Amino acid sequence: MKILVPVKRVVDYNVKVRVKSDGTGVDIANVKMSMNPFDEIAIEEAVRLKEAGIATEVVAVSCGLAACQETLRAAMAIGADRGILVETDVELQPLAVAKLLKALCDKEAPQVVICGKQAIDDDSNQTGQMLAALMSWPQATFASKLVIADGAATVTREIDGGLETLEIKLPAVVTTDLRLNEPRYATLPNIMKAKKKPLETVKPADLGVDVAPRLTTLKVVEPAKRSAGVRVADVAQLVDKLKNEAKVI
Amino acid sequence: MAILVIAEHDNASLKAATLNAVTAATELGKAAGGEVHVLVAGANCAAAAAEAAKLAGVAKVRVADAAHYEAQTAENVAALVVAAAGDYSHVVAPGTSYGKNVTPRVAALLDVAQISDVVAIESADTFQRPIYAGNALATVKSADRVKVLTVRTTAFEAAAVANEGGAAVEALAAGPDLGVAKLVGRELTKSARPELGAAKIIVSGGRGLGSGENYHKLLEPLADKLGAALGASRAAVDAGFAPNDYQVGQTGKIVAPQLYIAVGVSGAIQHLAGMKDSKVIVAINKDPEAPIFQVADYGLVGDLFELVPELTNAVG
Repeated sequence: MKILVPVKRVVDYNVKVRVKSDGTGVDIANVKMSMNPFDEIAIEEAVRLKEAGIATEVVAVSCGLAACQETLRAAMAIGADRGILVETDVELQPLAVAKLLKALCDKEAPQVVICGKQAIDDDSNQTGQMLAALMSWPQATFASKLVIADGAATVTREIDGGLETLEIKLPAVVTTDLRLNEPRYATLPNIMKAKKKPLETVKPADLGVDVAPRLTTLKVVEPAKRSAGVRVADVAQLVDKLKNEAKVI
Repeated sequence: MAILVIAEHDNASLKAATLNAVTAATELGKAAGGEVHVLVAGANCAAAAAEAAKLAGVAKVRVADAAHYEAQTAENVAALVVAAAGDYSHVVAPGTSYGKNVTPRVAALLDVAQISDVVAIESADTFQRPIYAGNALATVKSADRVKVLTVRTTAFEAAAVANEGGAAVEALAAGPDLGVAKLVGRELTKSARPELGAAKIIVSGGRGLGSGENYHKLLEPLADKLGAALGASRAAVDAGFAPNDYQVGQTGKIVAPQLYIAVGVSGAIQHLAGMKDSKVIVAINKDPEAPIFQVADYGLVGDLFELVPELTNAVG
């Protein structure tokens, strides 16, 4: 069974982004880039399924600039067997990525695609669901547990108010939530090995996909800053402020 | 053309988030010049539909009542919405785990973009949404024929329950059962406290509490006295002090209550992204340098093990 895992190159989790003064976007020049954390969880899950003898091959895919090769190498250092880069310098929106992934799924015929639930840059939370729709496959989003057996996936999902367990027929798309697993650190030997793993590059046109953006960003601004309030001396003063000044209790 | 709201409900009643989505749709209706319809897909869901019909701004409720909508799986609900979408200029869903699950599927099947977590409607085709965990706000314009969006519930008031006779409720033919996903079960946290997303007051705990036992021992009496919901930081959830669905933050729930009391929460960017739109923020922390104090309206520096019981005694 083959598993396909899309990975996105994003501004590192620990970087506090700055909005450009001309309001055209966020300044990402000279900023540390990393694999989207939810995608790292997706790769880890796929590699564990391979280690458990359930999956036979893990293919990592990244769509975007040539620099996404680094993200694919990082995925291969965790344990993906090979990488596919869909190279373009067009700004890719979730629908376009889903279409590129559909073209690759048609070609590669994976049984499971494991995606991160959202990327931490655009926070869209769309690509996995869109891919499932385009493939006419079932989906299980926000997974905190994944069991694959007998042509089906049993997935525990994090929903508002608790947990839900779904059984979906394969092939299917699963998207990861934060607590599906804790990704391993890539070891130096595995990082070296990853450099020799196959990495294929294709263009959107080779896949016959129109990736033109559907949404135009008109401007990007900083949100209104919240200013620090006052320090209260004790509980009595706090309760007084909440009752008589803020009037919230 | 009209605006369609995908209702979130449990067949017996509407989820609070649906009321916020209806308000966003009403704003869109004013901008685009269309009436608001609500789609209720479920099984034996007449009660939820009747509730939707009483909401201010709703012109019509369309109900697809069939056994295969009982669990409201994304596959079946999305197919139903897509079949009905021809009559609509906009499809709106609440930005909850339900809305986020179903809506992108609808958008992809319609071959249109989805706009996630809209916090402001500027016109019929232009919307504001947060990116980078709320560290930036983007204004985006859609050129698609149908605009499909999820709305951040905290950015829109809940629609009022109007007293009139109610909007027309009409049946919508059910679509096929795709039969590809089956609900095995749900484990919902049973609690007499309000839902985190809809609570007026939230008492939230961080790693400073030290243990799950302390979390419950200190925060539950305070929450009960205030009629508050309980929340937690990512660090506290990771440490096992509180269940996963208590997490407030970029990757958890986004909340904006009237009062947010953060106890032993340091205030990581990730957490602030989930609560900084609260009306009043109180921080209790022993570290006077903790970043949470930079957003708190009222900061109290000291030992939470003394201060929280004292606060519990002083309120109510």
